[in-house]
Amino acid sequence: MNVTLPLSQLQAGAQGFLARYDAHGMAPQRTEAAALFARNGLPGPREEDWRYSLLRPVTDVRFVSPDDAPRDVSDALARLPKIDAPRLIFVDGRFRADLSDLPAGVTFGAPAYGASNRPDQHKLVALNTMLSEDGVTIRVPAGHDAGTILLVSIGTGNDVSFHPNHAVTIGDNARLTLLDIALGDGVYLNNPVLSATVGGNATLTHLRLQQEALGAFHLSTVYADVAASGTYDSFALTLGARLARMEVHADLNGPQASAHLNAAQLLGGQQHADFTTVIHHAAPNTASRQTVKNVLSGHARGVFQGKIEVDRIAQKTDGYQMNQALLLSPDAEMDCKPQLEIYADDVKCSHGATIGELDGDQLFYLRTRGIAEAEARSMLVRAFLSEALDPISHVDGRAAMEAAISLWWDRHAQ
Amino acid sequence: MLEIKNLTANIDDKTILKGIDLVVPDGEVHAIMGPNGSGKSTLSYVLSGREGYDVTGGSAIFDGFDLLEMEPEARAAAGLFLAFQYPVELPGVNNANFLRTALNAQRRARGEPELDAIAFLKLSRAEAKRLSMPDDMLKRNVNVGFSGGEKKRNEVLQMAVLRPKLAILDETDSGLDIDALKIVADGVNALRGPKFSALVITHYQRLLDYIVPDRVHVLAGGRIIRSGGPELAHQLEADGYAAIVAEAA
Repeated sequence: MNVTLPLSQLQAGAQGFLARYDAHGMAPQRTEAAALFARNGLPGPREEDWRYSLLRPVTDVRFVSPDDAPRDVSDALARLPKIDAPRLIFVDGRFRADLSDLPAGVTFGAPAYGASNRPDQHKLVALNTMLSEDGVTIRVPAGHDAGTILLVSIGTGNDVSFHPNHAVTIGDNARLTLLDIALGDGVYLNNPVLSATVGGNATLTHLRLQQEALGAFHLSTVYADVAASGTYDSFALTLGARLARMEVHADLNGPQASAHLNAAQLLGGQQHADFTTVIHHAAPNTASRQTVKNVLSGHARGVFQGKIEVDRIAQKTDGYQMNQALLLSPDAEMDCKPQLEIYADDVKCSHGATIGELDGDQLFYLRTRGIAEAEARSMLVRAFLSEALDPISHVDGRAAMEAAISLWWDRHAQ
Repeated sequence: MLEIKNLTANIDDKTILKGIDLVVPDGEVHAIMGPNGSGKSTLSYVLSGREGYDVTGGSAIFDGFDLLEMEPEARAAAGLFLAFQYPVELPGVNNANFLRTALNAQRRARGEPELDAIAFLKLSRAEAKRLSMPDDMLKRNVNVGFSGGEKKRNEVLQMAVLRPKLAILDETDSGLDIDALKIVADGVNALRGPKFSALVITHYQRLLDYIVPDRVHVLAGGRIIRSGGPELAHQLEADGYAAIVAEAA
C-alpha cells in the first residue's frame, strides 16, 4: 500500500485504492469505508460541526504511508512519563512488539474495528477505516481490575499519515486506566479511532496526553458506549500539534451510566485545537460532567463544541458543562459552542462559558506577598486548570499531566 | 524606616495625592485617618506598587530603598506588607501553599534559606492558632468562601508569618465585628517591637482603641493637614472631619 496523493485528491482516488486493497483481500470494512470516503470525502467548512476547524492545512500536505525503514524513536520513548505499567507502543501507526510490554488479556490484530466504529457516520472514521493498518484490542474480563496500560503513539515525521484503530472492551464490574499518549517529531497526520465499550458497573479511566509535534496534525475520534452504572471517566490534555481535533462521542445506554469528559487545551503560536463532544443520554438517571479549560497564548485558537442530547426516556438526566478560556494574548481566540437537545421533561442540565484574561487584582495580590510576576502568573494558570485536573484520581496519571503542563509553561511563560 | 517627601500621584490624569510628607520611624505605629476620597487607599497602593497610579513627584525611602523604583515583589522582600481593604480571592490556590510560596520567595530574594514543609507547617499553625483561626483555613483556597472577618484575619496571618518591617493596614477594621477587631488588633500588637512599624489607615477611631498609635495623621484632599498624638483620633471622633478640614483650610 502506498498512498501518495494529498488527502484532497484521495477522495477521487479512493476507488483505485479500493481496487488495490481488494487484490490483497482486505477486511470488508475497508471496502465499505473506501466507498463511503469516495462518496463523501473529508469534512468541510459548510458542515456545522466543522465551521471552526478547517482541514485545509491537512488536505494540502502530500501524505505518504509509513514505509518499512527502521526509525529510531529513543528520544520519544525517553520523553514518556516514567510509569510502571505495561505499555503498547505504536510507531507511525504500527504496533512495535519490540518496544512494548504486553499486558495480559490484550489481543492484537489488524485494525480493531470495534462495535461502534461507524465509518458511515463520520468522514474521518471512514478515512481511518479505509487506511488503518494496525490497532489494539483490549478486553478486560468481567470483574477484573486490569490496572493501568500505556497506549503510546509516536509519529516520526516525513509527511507520514497513520490511522490506528483501537477497541477497548471493559467487562461488567471490571476496571482499566488507559493512559493514552500521542507524541512525535516533524510533520505527520495521526488519525486514530478508539471504540470503547464499558460494561455494567465497570469503569474505563481514559487519560489522554496529546503532545504531538508542533508540525503535526492530530484528528482523533473516540466512541464510548457505557452500560448501566458504568463510567467512562476521561481527561484529555492537548498541548501539541499544529491542528488538532479531539472528538468524543459518549453514549450513556443504561441507568446510572456516567461520563466525565474533562479537558484542558494549552496552546501557543499558531496552534489550533478543537475539543468536540457529543454526549447522548439514552437512559434514565444518567450523568455527564464536562469541565473544559483553555489557556491560549500567541495567535492560538481554541474551539470547544459540546453537544448534550437527552432522549425522551432519559428522565432525571444530570448534565453539567463548563468551558472556560484564559487568553494570555490579545491575538488568541476561543470559539465555544454549547448545544443542548433535550426531549425529556425532568432533567438538570447546566452549561456555561467564560473567557477572560489573568486577573490584575489577583496578580497584584500575589506580588505584594513577594511572589515574582512570572511565578504569580504560573500560579494563577495552574489554579485555573486545577478544576479540570482535580478529578483525576490516578496518581501517576495526574503527575504526568502536571509535568507536561510545567514543560509547556516553561516554554510559553511570557 | 519610612520617609515620604512631597509625594504626588495621579490616577487617569486626576491628581489624588497632592504632596504627602510623612516619616514613620522604626518601631512606631502611625495612623492615617481621613474622610472618604481623601487619598488613603491611593497612598497604600502607591507605596505597594500597584499599576495604574502615576507617581508625578516626590520620594518614598523605605529602609534605605527607593521604594517607588521597585517591583511590588521586591518591596515585599524588602519588608513591606500591605493588608488589603478587600483581600483578593484566589480560587484553586491553596492557602498554605500560597503562604509558603510567598515566604520562600521573600527568603530567596533576601538570600536566606527556604523553609521546608514541616517547619512552615509548624510556624503557620502556631500563628493561625494565635489568631483563633481554625486549622482548616490553611487548607482552603485563599479567601474563597471566607467571611469578611476571616479574610481580615487571613491578612493578619500572612503578616504574622511574613514578618514585615513595615505593615500598611488599609482599613483592616472595615466589616469587622468587635470580637474580630480585637483578634486582628491583638495580631498586630503581637508584632510590635523596635523592628516593626505600621501605618494603620482607618476611617474610624475604634480600631485605634485596640492598636494604640504613636502618631495620628489626618489626610484630606490629598495632603496631611494635621498630625498629633493618639488624642487627635478622639478629637476627630468627637468633632468629625469637617471641623478639622475647615480649620486647616
